[in-house]
Amino acid sequence: MSPAYAITAVVVVSLATLIVGVWGFRVARTTSDFFVASRSVGASLNASAIGGEYLSAASFLGIAGLILVSGADMLWYPIGWTGGYLVLMVLVAAPLRRSGAYTLPDFAEARLQSRWVRLVCSLLVVTIGWLYLIPQFQGANLVLGPFMGARPWMAGVVVAGVVLANVLVGGMRSITLVQAFQYWLKLTALLVPIIFLLLVWSNGGAPSPVDTPAIGGVPGADWASPMTSSSEHPLYLTWSIIFATTLGTMGLPHVVVRFYTNPDGRAARRTTLAVLVLLAVFYVLPPIYGSLGRIYAPDLIASGRADAVVLELPLRMIGGVGGELLSALLLGGAFAAFLSTSSGLTVALAGVLSQDVISKRIHPIRAFRLAAIIAVVVPLLLSIGLKDVSLARTVGLAFAVAASTFCPLLLLGIWWRGLTDVGALAGLAVGGWTSLIAVVNSMIGGGQTGWAADLLGQPALWTVPLAFTTMVVISLLTKSRIHPSVNRFMVRLHTPESLRVDRGPASNSGRVS
Amino acid sequence: MSDQAPQRVKVTSPRTVVRRRPRQVTSEIDAHTEVGEIYLSSLLGAQFGLAVLVLIPITLIGIGLPLVFVLFPQLSEVCIFGLPITWLAVAFGIFPVLIGLGWVYVRAAERTERDFIAAVEE
Repeated sequence: MSPAYAITAVVVVSLATLIVGVWGFRVARTTSDFFVASRSVGASLNASAIGGEYLSAASFLGIAGLILVSGADMLWYPIGWTGGYLVLMVLVAAPLRRSGAYTLPDFAEARLQSRWVRLVCSLLVVTIGWLYLIPQFQGANLVLGPFMGARPWMAGVVVAGVVLANVLVGGMRSITLVQAFQYWLKLTALLVPIIFLLLVWSNGGAPSPVDTPAIGGVPGADWASPMTSSSEHPLYLTWSIIFATTLGTMGLPHVVVRFYTNPDGRAARRTTLAVLVLLAVFYVLPPIYGSLGRIYAPDLIASGRADAVVLELPLRMIGGVGGELLSALLLGGAFAAFLSTSSGLTVALAGVLSQDVISKRIHPIRAFRLAAIIAVVVPLLLSIGLKDVSLARTVGLAFAVAASTFCPLLLLGIWWRGLTDVGALAGLAVGGWTSLIAVVNSMIGGGQTGWAADLLGQPALWTVPLAFTTMVVISLLTKSRIHPSVNRFMVRLHTPESLRVDRGPASNSGRVS
Repeated sequence: MSDQAPQRVKVTSPRTVVRRRPRQVTSEIDAHTEVGEIYLSSLLGAQFGLAVLVLIPITLIGIGLPLVFVLFPQLSEVCIFGLPITWLAVAFGIFPVLIGLGWVYVRAAERTERDFIAAVEE
C-alpha cells in the first residue's frame, strides 16, 4: 500500500474521532462527567461503547495473526474474550453497578473498609493497564509504521497524541460517543473487505488451508485441527488461554469503569447481553482472515509480520486500486482499534492515578489531566525497545494478571461474606506476583523449554486457583477481621434499586462530587 | 419503580400468606433481624444458583470441547468449506450458545428480582 493511502486513512480516522469527541465535549462539564459520564448513558450506546473500547488491535489484527502462525488452537482467544462477558454478566455486572463504586479500588475499599486493599488495587489497575497499553503502542509501530512509511516509533506517538487530545478535552463523556462510533467503524472496516476477499477466494477455486504445504514442519491439516497445531501440551495451553480470557475480562480497568455508566443493575445486565451480541458479530471475522492468510500470505510468518496479515490480504488477493482502498479501510479500522482501547485505558488509569496517587491539593480536573499524561507516556516509552511479540498473546497476558487478581477479589467480595482484608491482600499478592513474573518472563523472552515454557507462557490455569485458594484460606484464618459493614454492603450489592432499604453510604470515597 | 403500577396487584404464594407480619420486611432487612437475613440469603442463594446454572454449560464447553478434540482427533478429518468441522465448531458454533445463555440468564435474573420485591413488599 502506498503511504498516501495509509496516511489518508489515519488522518480521516483521527479527525472523525476528534470531531465526535469535541461534539461530546459540549456535555462534559462537571468532574463527575469526566469520570463516568454522569451514569446517564443509554444501554445500546453503552454496549457499543464497551464493544468499541474492548476490541483492541489484538482483536482487529492480532487474532488473525496468531491463527495464521499457530493455527486452530488460537480460535479460543475470541471465544474466551466473548465468554468473559457472559461470566461477568452472571457474577459481577449487576452487583458491581449497585455497589455505586467508580473504580475497582473504590469497590475494594467499600467492601473491605481497608485503605491498604485500595492501594494494592490501584497499583494493580495501573500495572494491568500498562501491560495492556504497551502492546498497543508497540503494535502500532510494528504494524502500521511500515505502511505509513514512517519511522518505527512514529505510529505509536501518533496514537498516543490523538488519545491524549481526546481525553484531555472531553473526559469520559466524549469518550463514550467516540467508543460507540469506533465499534461500528471497526466492524465495517473488517466486514466490507472480507466480502470481496471471499469472492476472490471462491472464484479462485476455493482452495482449502488444509491442503497448504507445511510451514515450520506443521502441515496444513495439522494447522487447521485443534490440538495438533501449536505446542507439546496443547490441552494445558488451551485450558489456560480459556481461563485467562474468560476470567480476566471482569478485572480489566477499562471494562469495569464502563459499568458505572449504566443507570442501574438491571440495565448493567442488559447492556452486557448487548455487548455479547456485538462481540460475537465481530469475532466471527478475524479467524476467516487468519485462514485466508494461511493460503495467500504464509510468508508473513517467516518475516515476523503475521500481525499485518489482515492489512496485507487485500493487496495480495485483489491488488490494484481496489486492493489499496480496501487495505486502507482496514488500516483505518486498525488505527481506530489502537485509539479506542488506548483511550479507554487512559481514562481508567487516569481516574485511579488522580484519585490515589496525585496530591489532593491539585484541582480534580487538573489532576485528572496530569494523570492522563502519565498514564500514556510511561507505556509509550516502555514500548520502545521491547522484544516484538504477538499482539494478541501479549494482551492475553494482561488478561492473565487480571484473572489472577481482580477475578478472585470480585467474585469472593460479591458472593462470600467471609472475605477479609487480610485474605484479599494475601490473595492479590500471591496471584499478582506469580502471574506478573510469568508475564514479564514472556515479554522479555525467557527462553525456557518444555513444561516450564508453557507454565510461564500461559500461567492462568495455575495462578488463578492459587489466588482463589489463598484468599479463601487466609480469610478463614482471620475470621475476626470480617468487617461489620459487610451485611449492609451485601444488601446494597444484591437488592434491586427500587426497593427502599438502607444501603449504607455511597461507596465512592474519591473526590468526585 | 414498582409502585407506578396502575393498580396494586396482590401477589400471593403459600409462603407469604402464611408469614404475614406486622413489621415491614424492608425494615427487617435494615435491622439485620433473623427474618431479614432469611430474605437476603434466599435472594443471594437464588441469584448465585442461577449464575451457577449458566456457568455449568460454559465450563462444559471450555473444559470439555478441547478434551473431545484430544480424545477424538478423527473429528478433524471431516471438512466443510475446506475447514475441519472442529475448526468451524469453535470459530462459529460457540457464539450462539453464549448469546442464548446470556438471554436466558437476563430473563431469569430479572424474574428473581421481581419475585423478591413482591415477597418483600407483601
